[in-house]
Amino acid sequence: MTSNIRYKSRIPVKTEDSMEEKQYVGFATLPNQVHRKSVKKGFDFTLMVAGESGMGKSTLVNSLFLTDLYKDRKLLNAEERINQTVEIIKHTVDIEEKGVKLKLTIVDTPGFGDAVNNNECWKPITDYIDQQFEQYFRDESGLNRKNIQDNRVHCCLYFIPPFGHGLRPVDVEFMKALHEKVNIIPLIAKADCLTPNEIKKLKDRIREEIDKFGIKVYQFPECDSDEDEEFKQLDKELKECTPFAVIGSNTVVEARGQRVRGRLYPWGIVEVENQSHCDFVKLRNMLIRSHMHDLKDVTCDVHYENYRAQCIQEMTSKLAQDNRMESPIPILPLSTPDVETEKLIKMKDEELKRMQEMLNKMQQQMHDKEQ
Amino acid sequence: MAATDVDVFSNEEKRNLSLGGHVGFDSLPDQLVSKSVTQGFCFNILCVGETGIGKSTLMNTLFNTMFENEEASHYQNGVYLRPRTYDLLESNVHLKLTIVDTVGFGDQINKEDSYKPIVDYIDTQFENYLQEELKIKRSLFNYHDTRIHICLYFIAPTGHSLKSLDLVTMKKLDSKVNIIPIIAKADTISKSELHKFKIKIMSELVSNGVQIYQFPTDDEAVSEINSSMNAHLPFAVVGSVEEVKVGNKTVRARQYPWGVVQVENESHCDFVKLREMLIRVNMEDLREQTHARHYELYRRCKLEEMGFKDTDPDSQPFSLQETYEAKRKEFLGDLQRKEEEMRQMFVNKVKETEAELKEKERELHDKFEQLKRMHQEEKRKVEEKRRDLEEEMNAFNRKKVAAETLSLSQPLKKDKDKKKSVKTENQSAVSASSSKVMMAKANVEPLNCQSWWQAIQCCTCLVHNATWKPGGLF
Repeated sequence: MTSNIRYKSRIPVKTEDSMEEKQYVGFATLPNQVHRKSVKKGFDFTLMVAGESGMGKSTLVNSLFLTDLYKDRKLLNAEERINQTVEIIKHTVDIEEKGVKLKLTIVDTPGFGDAVNNNECWKPITDYIDQQFEQYFRDESGLNRKNIQDNRVHCCLYFIPPFGHGLRPVDVEFMKALHEKVNIIPLIAKADCLTPNEIKKLKDRIREEIDKFGIKVYQFPECDSDEDEEFKQLDKELKECTPFAVIGSNTVVEARGQRVRGRLYPWGIVEVENQSHCDFVKLRNMLIRSHMHDLKDVTCDVHYENYRAQCIQEMTSKLAQDNRMESPIPILPLSTPDVETEKLIKMKDEELKRMQEMLNKMQQQMHDKEQ
Repeated sequence: MAATDVDVFSNEEKRNLSLGGHVGFDSLPDQLVSKSVTQGFCFNILCVGETGIGKSTLMNTLFNTMFENEEASHYQNGVYLRPRTYDLLESNVHLKLTIVDTVGFGDQINKEDSYKPIVDYIDTQFENYLQEELKIKRSLFNYHDTRIHICLYFIAPTGHSLKSLDLVTMKKLDSKVNIIPIIAKADTISKSELHKFKIKIMSELVSNGVQIYQFPTDDEAVSEINSSMNAHLPFAVVGSVEEVKVGNKTVRARQYPWGVVQVENESHCDFVKLREMLIRVNMEDLREQTHARHYELYRRCKLEEMGFKDTDPDSQPFSLQETYEAKRKEFLGDLQRKEEEMRQMFVNKVKETEAELKEKERELHDKFEQLKRMHQEEKRKVEEKRRDLEEEMNAFNRKKVAAETLSLSQPLKKDKDKKKSVKTENQSAVSASSSKVMMAKANVEPLNCQSWWQAIQCCTCLVHNATWKPGGLF
């Protein structure tokens, strides 16, 4: 895969020639050192999947990570689901590949959108995300920070049913509630019920509606200007393909002489990893092979920082008003720009300016008198 | 559906799963590396050592560049730190290198306070980072990290042991920064002396509890080389930027009459080992240690000082809250006081200027008064002069009149009776006025006669008594 090649670290080849040695200081090995250390430390990633029951979320996760995370699941009947609450279930697995260890956490949201009255059914989910942020905030602000567990949700895959004509109200509300807390990647689930034309129309429709409602889904970062044309082309194609239309499968079938993951129908075999059948491969590449780290970064640098800033401001404004709130978070009083204090300062500034002008006028008058 | 019904059912038994194929997350380290390369790296070195011991030369030799440096003088009043930042590039890796020099270290006669500026500088860098971390709107990912990652301590090659200043300084620094001790100017020590010297130094450090930086041995890739290097501490180095031709190669070396000391020759000195350890193998580990160990220690101490305690989720941190409130009140109080001060100052200034203005006004008034008086004075004088002048004029006029009268009366005396003229002369002068009177009498008093014969006699009497007046007989 070309996307794989791009991210290989550019390790400089140390020449054996002693003439080169002379000029070579050696800090170009820093990337290697970083590489080594990160491999030793291991990685972690938290992925949330959200969508109605039966959209194929679990199947997709299994297909993505080529493993079976959901042994012994119990599926509810329609009756049981009338008043169902949304649960949050975490599955944590340690997987390793070529020496790289990954602690993967999948956060499942069974029950979302299943009840008859789905008012605010996303609230448990937003609460969960906020909880993780708060936990991390407290840990980060504590005195002993040696072993902080990072449980923040790095990415949320949202499954849009293919049966409608675009986004439904519950989809819009969900995404609007979450787009400032987590990276949302919308997916069209069960895409094997749509023909290519229909898929294209649906994608365009959904993109339009996302723009119309002002939903901020995860944007791929711009690629560097020094990348080759091929990569830029791929990047462009990737961006135009969103939202990805995916198909998942737990079963392996035989197609074209190979054993592939796919779904067997009387009219043919849908291959999960066939690019012309669905966008699964694009999703996998984007999510795992090229942008996993970027998703983590955006979560840390943007969503978490927003949460933190908001949290602190709420805390300090509350403290100013009422004395009975606990604030175990160390924040410097100097760094809280109270809006009121600023106004006061501005007023005083103006007063000073006015007085200064008066003084100048008086001095001028004195001058004139003398003359 | 209430929000409190959230059931966080976490499956904490982490399972190890085997993958059915190639998923692809083995590119994660590469993604991370790619990101760090784009961001660029930064590294900060602190060089502590006496003046002239070879700090700048060693830096030049290590990084193969001529960093601009003037020679420092021995006559500094105290120790001060001079940080310099450089941007280096080597095969697409950007390094922002900061070299901090201690100028004046070891030169003063009383060196008790020499370590203080160094400790203060290190603390300040930690403080800056802490401040950035505690801000509300912070941007840690593009923050220029100035915390010192490594302190190279230059030991003078006496051959005996550490100096007292060295011991004291290293003890103060070991909990704040990674220290690597170096024996500088090692070309004055022979191999056997060096061996003994190294052992003595290490034993002194150990017996005084100084924690120097140990190269990490937990990573299999580098543990071997690191542990062997640990045994060679402190490194005996020679620095040089001059190139000397040895055999058919040009190497960096120091040329002596008795031979050439090659910098990169492992049997001559440990420079290559130092470079290997410092730059090529452990740079990232040094940065990590600074962040994870030294900075955390500083942060913990600082926060505890500020009154924050580590809290359990259950306990009520009320003392925290009070401390925070107290600090806030204090700060507000400060602010108010400063405002008051400024206001006071301003009011005072205004008063002063007012007073000045009044003063000036009074002065002007006085001047005006004075001028007026002068003017009046002048006027009076002029008046007087005028009067004088008038008087003189009058006098002159009278004199003139008198003179004229005199000139008129003189021709009458020649025609008339001498006596009479004498009389008249005598009398004229005297009775000039009386003649008037006479004449006046004559004019005024009517004759009281009853008969014309008496009148004539009266008249005659009158005529006898009458005098001649110049200007005609009356």
